[in-house]
Amino acid sequence: MTHANRDQLAREAGRHTHHFHGGLRLRHNKKISCQDAVERPPLPEILVVPLLQHAGDTAEPYVKVGDQVLKGQQIGRCQPSAAIHSPVSGVVEAIEDHPMTHPSGLAGPCVFIRPDGQEQWVELRPIPDWQTANPEELIRQMQECGLAGLGGAVFPTHAKTRDGRDRKIHTLILNGSECEPYISCDEMLMREQPDLIVLGARILRRALGAQRVVIAIEDQMGAVRQALTHAVNSAECEKVSVVQVPKIYPEGGERQLIQVLTGLEVPVGGRPSDLGLVCQNVATAAAVAEAVVEGKPLIERYITLTGNGISHPRNFNALFGTRFSHLVEICGGYTADVARLVVGGPMMGYPVDTDATPVVKASNCVLALTTGDIAEPQPEMPCIRCGECARVCPATLLPQQLNLQIRNGLWTDAEAYGLKACIECGCCDFVCPSHIPLVEWFRYGKGQLRQRAIEASATERARRRFEDRDARLLREKQERAEKMAQRKRMLKDKAKQHDSVRASINRAENKDNRGDGSAVSKKSGQDTK
Amino acid sequence: MTREFQTSGAPHMPPQTTVAMVMLQVLLALVPGILAYTWFFGPGILIQIILATVFALLFEALMLRLRGRSLKPFINDYSAVVTAVLFALCIPPLAPWWISCIAMLFAIVFAKHLYGGLGQNVFNPAMVGYVVVLISFPQVMTAWLPPLTLAEHGFGLVDTLMTIFTGQVPLEGGWDVVTGATPLDTLKTGVESGRMVPEIRNSPIFGDFGGLGWEWIANWFALGGIFLLYRRVISWQVPLAVIGSVILLSVPFWLADPDSNPFPLQHVFSGAIVLAAFFIATDPVSGCVSNRGRLIFGAGVAIITLVIRRWGGYPDGVAFAVLLMNMAAPLIDRYTRPRMYGE
Repeated sequence: MTHANRDQLAREAGRHTHHFHGGLRLRHNKKISCQDAVERPPLPEILVVPLLQHAGDTAEPYVKVGDQVLKGQQIGRCQPSAAIHSPVSGVVEAIEDHPMTHPSGLAGPCVFIRPDGQEQWVELRPIPDWQTANPEELIRQMQECGLAGLGGAVFPTHAKTRDGRDRKIHTLILNGSECEPYISCDEMLMREQPDLIVLGARILRRALGAQRVVIAIEDQMGAVRQALTHAVNSAECEKVSVVQVPKIYPEGGERQLIQVLTGLEVPVGGRPSDLGLVCQNVATAAAVAEAVVEGKPLIERYITLTGNGISHPRNFNALFGTRFSHLVEICGGYTADVARLVVGGPMMGYPVDTDATPVVKASNCVLALTTGDIAEPQPEMPCIRCGECARVCPATLLPQQLNLQIRNGLWTDAEAYGLKACIECGCCDFVCPSHIPLVEWFRYGKGQLRQRAIEASATERARRRFEDRDARLLREKQERAEKMAQRKRMLKDKAKQHDSVRASINRAENKDNRGDGSAVSKKSGQDTK
Repeated sequence: MTREFQTSGAPHMPPQTTVAMVMLQVLLALVPGILAYTWFFGPGILIQIILATVFALLFEALMLRLRGRSLKPFINDYSAVVTAVLFALCIPPLAPWWISCIAMLFAIVFAKHLYGGLGQNVFNPAMVGYVVVLISFPQVMTAWLPPLTLAEHGFGLVDTLMTIFTGQVPLEGGWDVVTGATPLDTLKTGVESGRMVPEIRNSPIFGDFGGLGWEWIANWFALGGIFLLYRRVISWQVPLAVIGSVILLSVPFWLADPDSNPFPLQHVFSGAIVLAAFFIATDPVSGCVSNRGRLIFGAGVAIITLVIRRWGGYPDGVAFAVLLMNMAAPLIDRYTRPRMYGE
């Protein structure tokens, strides 16, 4: 495929839908949480706001214990990540380690804020004239308002937007294809706030310098399609289109969605911007609209509380820092047979060991599963190479080969077989008849590859240092030798000078003693010795 | 009030299938063929299946014990049973009981467990067991029965049992009166003695395509194979490559010289081609993993089988073909890695 062809296809994103390799048709289980309108839950007694909520480093807190904070006030920031804000007005009660809703399951520094119930906002700085504003100003606003990808990867939005602008992308894809079962927060947002999403799409388009926006939703979201199309029409903006894509897990993955919309693949090790595309979640677009037009920082999000383990599943617009337990209580509590609590969906979500963990920017769903939903832990059997994993792999990898390579430490092979291209969607895990925890192995393997890359670069540095040192020593040795030679030459010269002085003295003496032949001959005799 | 939970890795859904389920579906798919086999050739095959299964499980348990593995998950995975049944389907129904014992010794102990057990074997265990006894006991392994409709003597369950366990045929005249050459044997010896294929096919042991009875058994195996394809226990590449290559390769020979080469469908419906295409060459452990690799693997099985049938010393060559391709599988896999996303 020529470059021009690729560019043409990328620019036509969404005109046709294409297929991606593998994937699974899963039961949605979404309806159970879509019955009620989304509401803000009553204020909890305490909010626990983790200082690590983005891809990046933990933020340094700006506040200290006892400080009064306002709703929307920045309480921390770290470069290059976005800022973190107080979700309420109240008092900082503590800053200490607490389980922080992270796949690692580790505790980390969190700011505990006790709300005063006043809900007093910090002074907001909206950019109402965004249509004429400088794109750089819009991007700075995203950073100030703490925007990050709400699809789950929480990559800072300002960084992605700036990168897209620098790389001259032409199409913004808004990802509304929520492919994991159970999760319905994006669907509810698209139903309830379509205007906000379309507004955010237009702002993002301006900030990115993109020409088109494609909003991708699943083919079974009829109500959503109507709502979004209506919003697009009433905003009277051209070049924003709503496209329905077939519901096959994981078509909501960035690379798979791009393949579905364009038929193109993002190059290995590359980014969507290589094709002139940028993907953002629909919820991120809505947050952009609020941040720019109202000046509101990101302090709350739509979150799904669902699963057979919850009495009355539903969606909330919950403040960050709200503990899951608080939301579960409003849902009528757990059912008797609840067994596992998962953040995210059943395919890629991670389990938490307590519901004291808080809602963060990345949490789109809290899934309570019952003993009936999850199987008894099955014994792991050896791989029988049935190849089901390869059949369902959306990255067209050979998971069984990777599994063997990782277990045997064949890192070069594992890299050559594309371990880094694994998107950890869990399809292979799900179909494996031997119940091998493949994705866990792949995560371990990727960690090893990263570690090895670091070590390799350290070795390379050490080698270069050693070679430089050798070269330096050699140079110094040569210089020393050079100096020695010079000195020797100088000494020789001196000796010569000395000789010539002597000779002239002799000559003078000879002159003086002319007539006294014996004396001369004696002296010259000594000289010649 | 907060609450504690147990954690466990994703995905948080019950697994779709198990190794045992895969193996059970293979066994289920073999049932129609086995019933047809019994219909045409008597109850001997059932006894052979039981014998082989008993020996296979005994050796499996012994090896698991010796290797210090837990018995339960591995005995219950049915992989040894599949090996045993596939082996039993390859041997003459009246073969003496110790044939199964020796074959399963080599299949389970040598070919499977000494290579590391389930999933680690380089060679198809059933074929290893079969080839060992085929080479070691050629006379026993060629004592085939004619279809019941052609049998001169009624040969019931009791007679079958006595023959298998004593090694003696309880009839006057002994082995000679109950056994006969297989269609492939007849064809091979006929062609070698200068007779023409249409003439050879006049023998009553031939049916419409392959051997009388055999072709129907093959049909039922194919039906089971289609069930496995539908259940996605096997992929279509291997069966298609095996059967397609047999037809493609035998057509030119047949067109060039129809008197000394059987027509393509006769090749397909004779011997073990259909069984191999759906059940033996599709063994995932000893086969190829990529789709292109599976096509090459299947074609290789077909080519080697036909070469052995045409020029080799044995009337059929499926077992040798599968074992030879097993050796080539890792190399094929190396050169047929699928292009990954974005590559």
